[in-house]
Amino acid sequence: METPILRVDTLKKHFRSSSGLLGGKTALIRALDGVSMDVSREETFGLVGESGCGKSTLGKTILGIYRPTRGSVIFEGRDITHLPRKEVVKVRKDIQYVYQNPGSSLDPRWKVKKILAEPLLIHTPARGAAVEKKVEEMMDAVGLTPQQLSLYPHEFSGGQQRRLGLARILTLNPKAVILDEPTSGLDVSVQATILKLFTDLKSRFHLTYLFISHNLGVVQMMCSRVAVMYAGKIVEMGQTSRLFAEPLHPYTQVLLAAIPLVGKRKEEGLLLSGEPPNPADFPSGCRFWPRCSYREERCTIEEPPLVAVEEGRAVSCHRFTGSRA
Amino acid sequence: MDRSPDTLLLNIERLSVHFHTDRGLVRALDHADLRIHRGEVLGLIGESGSGKSTLARSVLRILPLSARIAEGDLSLSGEDLLAMKESDLNARVRGRGITLIPQDPFTSLNPVFTIGTQMEDIVKWKGSAGIGHGPPGEKVIEILERVQIPSPRDQVGKYPHQLSGGQRQRVLIAMALLPGPDLVIADEPTTALDVTVEAQILQLMKSLVLGKGISVLFITHDLGVASQICHRIVVMYAGQDMEEAPADVLFSQPRHPYTRELLESLPNPEGTIRDIPGEIPNLIQPPPGCRFHPRCARSTALCTQALPEKKAMAQGHWVRCLYPLES
Amino acid sequence: MTGLKLIGRKFSRDKLAFTGSLIILSLVLTAALAGLLAPYPEDVFSIHPGERLQPPSSNHLFGTDSMGRDIFSRLLFGARITLIISIIAVGASMLIGVPLGLLAGYYENWVSEAIMRIADVFLSIPQIILAIFLAQSLGPSIHSVILALSVTYWPWFTRIVFAETRALKKTSFIEATEALGAGRLRTMLLHVLPNVSSPIIVRSSIGMGFTILTAAALGFLGAGAQPPTPEWGVTIAESRQFLPDAWWYATFPGLAIFLVVMGFNMLGDGLRDILDPRIRRGLE
Repeated sequence: METPILRVDTLKKHFRSSSGLLGGKTALIRALDGVSMDVSREETFGLVGESGCGKSTLGKTILGIYRPTRGSVIFEGRDITHLPRKEVVKVRKDIQYVYQNPGSSLDPRWKVKKILAEPLLIHTPARGAAVEKKVEEMMDAVGLTPQQLSLYPHEFSGGQQRRLGLARILTLNPKAVILDEPTSGLDVSVQATILKLFTDLKSRFHLTYLFISHNLGVVQMMCSRVAVMYAGKIVEMGQTSRLFAEPLHPYTQVLLAAIPLVGKRKEEGLLLSGEPPNPADFPSGCRFWPRCSYREERCTIEEPPLVAVEEGRAVSCHRFTGSRA
Repeated sequence: MDRSPDTLLLNIERLSVHFHTDRGLVRALDHADLRIHRGEVLGLIGESGSGKSTLARSVLRILPLSARIAEGDLSLSGEDLLAMKESDLNARVRGRGITLIPQDPFTSLNPVFTIGTQMEDIVKWKGSAGIGHGPPGEKVIEILERVQIPSPRDQVGKYPHQLSGGQRQRVLIAMALLPGPDLVIADEPTTALDVTVEAQILQLMKSLVLGKGISVLFITHDLGVASQICHRIVVMYAGQDMEEAPADVLFSQPRHPYTRELLESLPNPEGTIRDIPGEIPNLIQPPPGCRFHPRCARSTALCTQALPEKKAMAQGHWVRCLYPLES
Repeated sequence: MTGLKLIGRKFSRDKLAFTGSLIILSLVLTAALAGLLAPYPEDVFSIHPGERLQPPSSNHLFGTDSMGRDIFSRLLFGARITLIISIIAVGASMLIGVPLGLLAGYYENWVSEAIMRIADVFLSIPQIILAIFLAQSLGPSIHSVILALSVTYWPWFTRIVFAETRALKKTSFIEATEALGAGRLRTMLLHVLPNVSSPIIVRSSIGMGFTILTAAALGFLGAGAQPPTPEWGVTIAESRQFLPDAWWYATFPGLAIFLVVMGFNMLGDGLRDILDPRIRRGLE
């Protein structure tokens, strides 16, 4: 089996937040609390979960925008977790990040041409005509025209700004792209166009995607494998079609049942009650137990490990972790 | 659902709204029609620029100063809202006869007052016909229970930032129901929420509204959400209303080309991505006639002549299209 | 439409900014062309005791002073001095304050704390008193005024740039730029600085008005420019013993100061409206 292009090993990212006027009490926010996963070359791997589950934090920690608290990130066989600054810059050529809110990730005072050229100016010795050519190529690749290069970001629509964000990182020919909520806030028809673009670009440039989204319908359509996150950890992972057809983790089941689909009236029984847990104060044992309809005493004491239940499928739930204590 | 003329609550006819901007005249609404009956949940579906928010704000007459209602009729229970004085609108309509659940729960509550104070203000200022008897404090507790906020007595002293998005949305719903309105305008009430919270809120809204004689104008871009709660749906595009039908009929047998394309561009498990060619038009110089015609495979020169009249397809099903789809 | 064109359009429509800039333009032209416009340019230095304290007339528009010099001509040359003092003072403050503000805003560690605390110290120094002190130690002159003003005004720039930089850091484009691999210096100079330029420009305009007023006050107190320099504050100081009879002696320099300070304030206020970030979002 080929080595995965990206491997994450027990990755944790904790933040300290100070509350109180003079920074008295500090709380430890365990945004990412032990995630391990592999992504294969040219795969589209989905990462789903609701707000606060840690999926964005995972994306940013993999890229190095946040320094991991613990664990490691291995990219193309190389440990990139604790690289010195100069090396980090080099790695950024190969693995890139596309921001959730496209408008605010582009400098509003820069013309688009400058914005797209910047990565090349930072990372390569290319200048002048060579840079211009590449920039025009990328505009074309994302479905925009070279005439639009003299405009400012605010003169583009939301969908177009998303394309600009993509074009910018594609100038470096990255191997892997982390897409953070790439379709949030987009109209349905614009979303479809963007998704088509992602698919085109992937085959054209042989990209690997880490697709972070809370939109399960989109993930189901785009991703071959998916991991479901809750409270900083992965609770279920596997092939998308299998997982969606037969969700095993109680949270996954509720999550899928909650999607409002056209033509499907929901059964009331599967409604999830309560709120997601406070990342500064997780329940003991399994983090989902306060909202779980299957809970038993064991769940409140012991955290279930992520175990493989069949080929390519893993779940973190005591119902699947072998014999009872 | 009794949809006879005497149960007609809100009547909008040929409403056109223009915005004066530095770049030109934005024709945000073009002769839009809308009718809501008592006790009905009407969904208003549209993408950006469809005019759905403009329509909602026109009903409450809270459009920005740059907007002009160019033409049309707007009446609530027979009373002309366009001719009504500001003082009357404030006293009887805004926040009382018609209430609004605003779009973003994270910024719609005043951050410097507790939710208890804000809700009591509504009781004192707009009345509390929607809830039983008792002093304002007790009424607030009661309605918080109704929107399923756990331990309401502990929550009234909290500030909005201390509540989660879902809880804030419940508070906003409570505030909209307190005065006992005839019509609630819900502007994308679940868009900013996680999907499990969204499911809870939709369930809650259904229980609070259905069968209680309260009408809802439910604005959303999410067709799935609309299908869960709406009796009827109006589809809007670029300021024009394109199709109107009962929810299940609209989704199973759309007759307008735009509606069908919209349904087909939804994500599906098979993985085929279908999008609509072209882009949403510029509303300063919109396409003449039917504004969807530049992107429509069925359009002809006739479509550019004028806004098509509403054609009845079946009982309660209308389309504005010269070439509607076969059923 | 490019940013500049948009600004130009808004500018001509904003009465405040327009009037303010007219006044300032007149000031600059006056200062530049003082030699040509003044009817008695030699009066900067020469005295005519025979014509002392004459009221305004067709010969002497603003009357003459205690040495018989034409006040109008001296005012025109005074404009030069005024401008020089404020431009250098505000310029120096900017050169010191802006980079410090950038550093303090961009970093979030002891560096920022240190810079902001130092800024606080300098902010608490009373300008006039420092100027008087410097006048005592170094001898009163225009130079000591400029020094005093620069030393006490730079924290205003630092504060504004600090606040704006911090706000900017919350938007994701700074993070995105770093994610691309841009170094800190590059990000600060090419991305943060252009985006905080508007408040800096506004603050400069208001700062000009402020320094002019203070410079005039110091001139009046004798801690700044010295006679026979035709500085406006000095002229007012000279006029004191001849009031209220020689009313023109104090009134016209006073009016000049008033007009110019108001002009800069109007310009600053108007610019603040025009350069509002909304302008970048296409005037919704």
